[in-house]
Amino acid sequence: MSVLLEIDNLRTILHTGKLPVRAVDGLSLKINRGETFALLGESGCGKSMTALSIMRLLPDVGEILSGSINLNNADLLQLPESAMRQVRGKQISMIFQEPMLSLNPVMTIAEQIAEVLTQHFRLNKPAAQERILQLLDQVGIPDAKRRMHEYPFQFSGGMKQRAMIAMALAGEPELLIADEPTTALDVTIQAQVLDLMREIQRQNHMAILLITHDLGVVSEMAQHIAVMYAGEIVEQSPRMHFFERPAHPYAQQLFASLPDKQKRNHELAVISGAVPSLTQAFSGCRFSDRCHYAMPRCHDTAPQWHHISPVHKVRCHLYDLSSTLIDITRIPEATSVPASPDAQEQKPEPLLQVSGLKVHFPIHKGFFKRIVGQIKAVDGVSLHIAAGKTLALVGESGCGKTTVGKSILQLIQPTAGSVRYHQQELVGMERQRLRPLRSQLQFVFQDPYSSLNPRMRIIEILQEGMDALNAAPEFTVGTLAQPSAAPIFPHETAVDTLLQYVGLPKEAKWRYPHEFSGGQRQRIAIARALAVNPKLLICDEPTSALDVSVQAQILNLLKSLQNNLGLAYLFITHNISVVEYLADEIAVMYLGRIVEQGLTDEVISKPGHPYTQALLSAVPQIGKTSATDMIRLKGDIPSPASPPTGCHFHPRCPMAMPVCRQTYPEASTLSATHITHCHLYSQEHRSNHHEH
Amino acid sequence: MPFTPVVLWTDALVFLLVFLMSVFIWYMRGNEHLLAPWRRVGHSASGMSALTVLIFFIIVGLLDTLHFRPALEHKNSHGETIYSVEVLSVLDLLLTPLRTNVEKTYSAPLATHLYAKETFNLPDGNQIRTFARLEYGGSHLTDPDAEHQSDINLRIAKGIGLGLLFWIILHALLCLNMARRTQQRFTLCVQSVWRRTTEIPWHAILITLGVILVAVGILSMLAAHYHVLGTDKVGQDVLYLSLKSIRVALIIGTLTTLIMLPFALLLGIAAGYFRGWIDDVIQYTYTTLNSIPSVLLIAATILMMQVYIETHAEYFETIAERADVRLLCLCIILGITSWTGLCRLLRGETLKLREMEYIQAAHAFGVSHWRIISRHILPNVMHIVLIATVMDFSGLVLAEAVLSYVGVGVDPSMISFGTMINAARLEMAREPMVWWTLLSAFGFMFILVLSANLFADAVQKALDPRVKTRTLNNASAQKNNPAPIPASASIPSPANKSI
Repeated sequence: MSVLLEIDNLRTILHTGKLPVRAVDGLSLKINRGETFALLGESGCGKSMTALSIMRLLPDVGEILSGSINLNNADLLQLPESAMRQVRGKQISMIFQEPMLSLNPVMTIAEQIAEVLTQHFRLNKPAAQERILQLLDQVGIPDAKRRMHEYPFQFSGGMKQRAMIAMALAGEPELLIADEPTTALDVTIQAQVLDLMREIQRQNHMAILLITHDLGVVSEMAQHIAVMYAGEIVEQSPRMHFFERPAHPYAQQLFASLPDKQKRNHELAVISGAVPSLTQAFSGCRFSDRCHYAMPRCHDTAPQWHHISPVHKVRCHLYDLSSTLIDITRIPEATSVPASPDAQEQKPEPLLQVSGLKVHFPIHKGFFKRIVGQIKAVDGVSLHIAAGKTLALVGESGCGKTTVGKSILQLIQPTAGSVRYHQQELVGMERQRLRPLRSQLQFVFQDPYSSLNPRMRIIEILQEGMDALNAAPEFTVGTLAQPSAAPIFPHETAVDTLLQYVGLPKEAKWRYPHEFSGGQRQRIAIARALAVNPKLLICDEPTSALDVSVQAQILNLLKSLQNNLGLAYLFITHNISVVEYLADEIAVMYLGRIVEQGLTDEVISKPGHPYTQALLSAVPQIGKTSATDMIRLKGDIPSPASPPTGCHFHPRCPMAMPVCRQTYPEASTLSATHITHCHLYSQEHRSNHHEH
Repeated sequence: MPFTPVVLWTDALVFLLVFLMSVFIWYMRGNEHLLAPWRRVGHSASGMSALTVLIFFIIVGLLDTLHFRPALEHKNSHGETIYSVEVLSVLDLLLTPLRTNVEKTYSAPLATHLYAKETFNLPDGNQIRTFARLEYGGSHLTDPDAEHQSDINLRIAKGIGLGLLFWIILHALLCLNMARRTQQRFTLCVQSVWRRTTEIPWHAILITLGVILVAVGILSMLAAHYHVLGTDKVGQDVLYLSLKSIRVALIIGTLTTLIMLPFALLLGIAAGYFRGWIDDVIQYTYTTLNSIPSVLLIAATILMMQVYIETHAEYFETIAERADVRLLCLCIILGITSWTGLCRLLRGETLKLREMEYIQAAHAFGVSHWRIISRHILPNVMHIVLIATVMDFSGLVLAEAVLSYVGVGVDPSMISFGTMINAARLEMAREPMVWWTLLSAFGFMFILVLSANLFADAVQKALDPRVKTRTLNNASAQKNNPAPIPASASIPSPANKSI
């Protein structure tokens, strides 16, 4: 195979602040024609800067210090800017993470693709239109002839990403750089887009540089993998070798921190600390501070490449000739404390009972703001959570799961239905009477960057709830004995205990939120919720904005809090592996309704509803090589303003029957704890009865 | 008593503002975390230079705010002291020669003769047309043509010397003070100032101060015997007029904002936060108010006010009081017409903020609306308020000029940039052109508005906690972030809780 792109010793720095940030520090790699090369790493380790360096599209503060980037044996770094314009789009093109932000909202899709075509090919108008149509057909946009003249806002997220890919393909590039192409998409859509990329790669024989943090995506897509850490590549290998025997301790620990079912009763292994600041000059191995195997040598001499096999190399001292005998594949068994004792299995009284919950948002139109329709965000949801248990609410974005969480807390007024906490009806309760109950139910938000007021210090944030509800965390009673020195902060000791509880130092309370990393902010958000001593925490995707290793820290924290304080969780997420790890029960939601509900084991191992089956199979999994057993869903979630008649899922369902188009299926019981809403099952279930 | 103090309405409001500022500063001194961002203002070189200039303007404005009526020499029949009907300020007192040395009409800056020829009857009965000597400007010279230039040069040199002398004294005092505080040698302090190693950019402040002091030195040297910026149509010194205008500009800029802010803040945030019918009512109010031409509204109000003043002449003892009430009225009506822009901005920002997750978290705690508005929303819209206020300040200073031109601005007897520009406007067309009035007004306004803008820039940068990360974070990241936090280890077991 011939080499398409060869990067040698690339150094890129960013001039922000006083010290330059060494975003890419001596990176070398080779990408062959037609191969998918994955660059894997956590946020802030220089993946995107590598991509931008290749395109020579660095921000103004960026500077390429040294190195060479050879594309077809021509050094891109020596080209003048005008020649570089011929390379971008024509030889290398790029797709970005956020399809919403990378399409111009005031130009139609066709116009945006035509821009690329006119730049690189001399095409007359009809020929260009022909080509655009062809491209959109290729990326699987239905009814492309009509839709090519639509604006980006008329496209859904997945369609936008397809349009982006069509745009990237317009120049017939030899190399496609995909920077987290599916991170912003739902799993079922992600599966579609990944499929499409594979398909196109086969047809066009194009190389892909895939930048991602998702081990599952890498496992499904890549042929060659490079693991990046703190600005340099630490391990490079073909996929098979990597997933069988990850060599670098960082890669091993990444695998260990992935939540899944097998680790259910254990704490997840965490990589302590965070990616080091790239402003410093490293003398030893960059990972040494977080490494389980760190030796004295690791701290002062930088490791060189070691070839484990001709194609598999790693930058680690463990593989120095003398020490090859150490069994390095042993993944450190993270303090395997059996977490949940699971002693009492009696059916406890439900803490929270939601029945027939509906939240409809009216659509106003016209001068007099007449109500012309309803967006049925939540349309009859029933669930119950027992004390100390975790219920996971799973579904794709836009299915109304966050709305369920917020309407339970009465942050959004439900249209109908009831929410009962300890037999007390919350719906329709006045603000004043609701107040004492607020301390029982708390919320942890998805985005730790917008859930803390940037102008309040941590102590003020944590105290807000205690002041408003006149509550203090119960577990501080013992330490609250002596009155604190500063009378302005009556809860200072309580705040200290809270911070300690979520694993932050006491001094953190005097700082502002922006001084903390994403994981630390999420800890603060959890501490804020704990401050009023709740019994139920509603966690709205608390880890989806975080890196894998940080996610493991937060999941461990949530689990230990549940064990120590007996909290119940309503865990809203789209991440199946987190659910497997954490949840006792699962409710799967689709378009405002729950389609399947049951104990975690039952739902994961024997999914009843076709949607659940598709959702589970769409999750990229490590070690899953072929895509044959995957159920691919067509299209996107329909709009909740006009849900399909009958079963909401029937337009996308591979097993749809005529009856599905007419009536919404009733609940059918698969086992005592497992129910689903599907015509398939209600009949099969009944017939099963007849047979047996 | 040789004088009786007079407190005009605007004076009282200015005193109130000064009082509020002092309370604010006093409160801040006790709170280290509130003080910290303001310390960062002190680290910005451009901000501190601008502040130095602003302080100069503010001092002039405050001196002009201390009003009094001097006692007349004769007493009335009951033996009581009679006070002059003319209200003077401390600034007037300081500028006495400038105020009283009134020429006949226009004269160019530093001139010794009038700007226009006059016809004189000579003793022999002939008439000649010539430039008359000024009554005060350069009157000490016996032969103006020969001595004029050298006299000016000498005075400029003296002025520079005087300015530098004061500057050196101040510089020395500063460094002495620094030396005493830091327990370092005096020379070391001087060195650190000029090597720019001090935390506060004293070098920038000292340079600005030097420029101001030299300028003041030259002006004071020249002003004793010349009209440095010329005279206007009725022979008043333009430098005096410019200095007197500063107070009006500052008052229009600050008091109007003060009047406007409560409307804009309260209504804007309420509209964005509560939505629903409250939003509708507030939106309709400001849309309606916005669609009335504001000049019309101002003209109507000012004319009504004028009629009121004229029919109730007995309420106002002096001309200054009448002019002052009219100025206050102008501030109020400008405030009422100009809150809509900021209100709209704040409504939009609040609409965005109320959906933020930290506000939802506060709702989940049952925090009251009032507390959410005051603790979460208000601090997060403060930067908009600050920017809008400064923009408005410049806009209002300019608006005053426009309104005075239309004839609905400040009282004609009140000296302001507006009246100066209005007077100069007519003379731009004449040949030879009278340019100095306009240029002086323009120059003073320009420096005032520019330094206010620069200072506001520095404040805005310092007050936003997120900006700091971008500039300082990388250097101090390792220092700030405590040791990596182990996720699992630090959770105390239930057994430890009771200890």
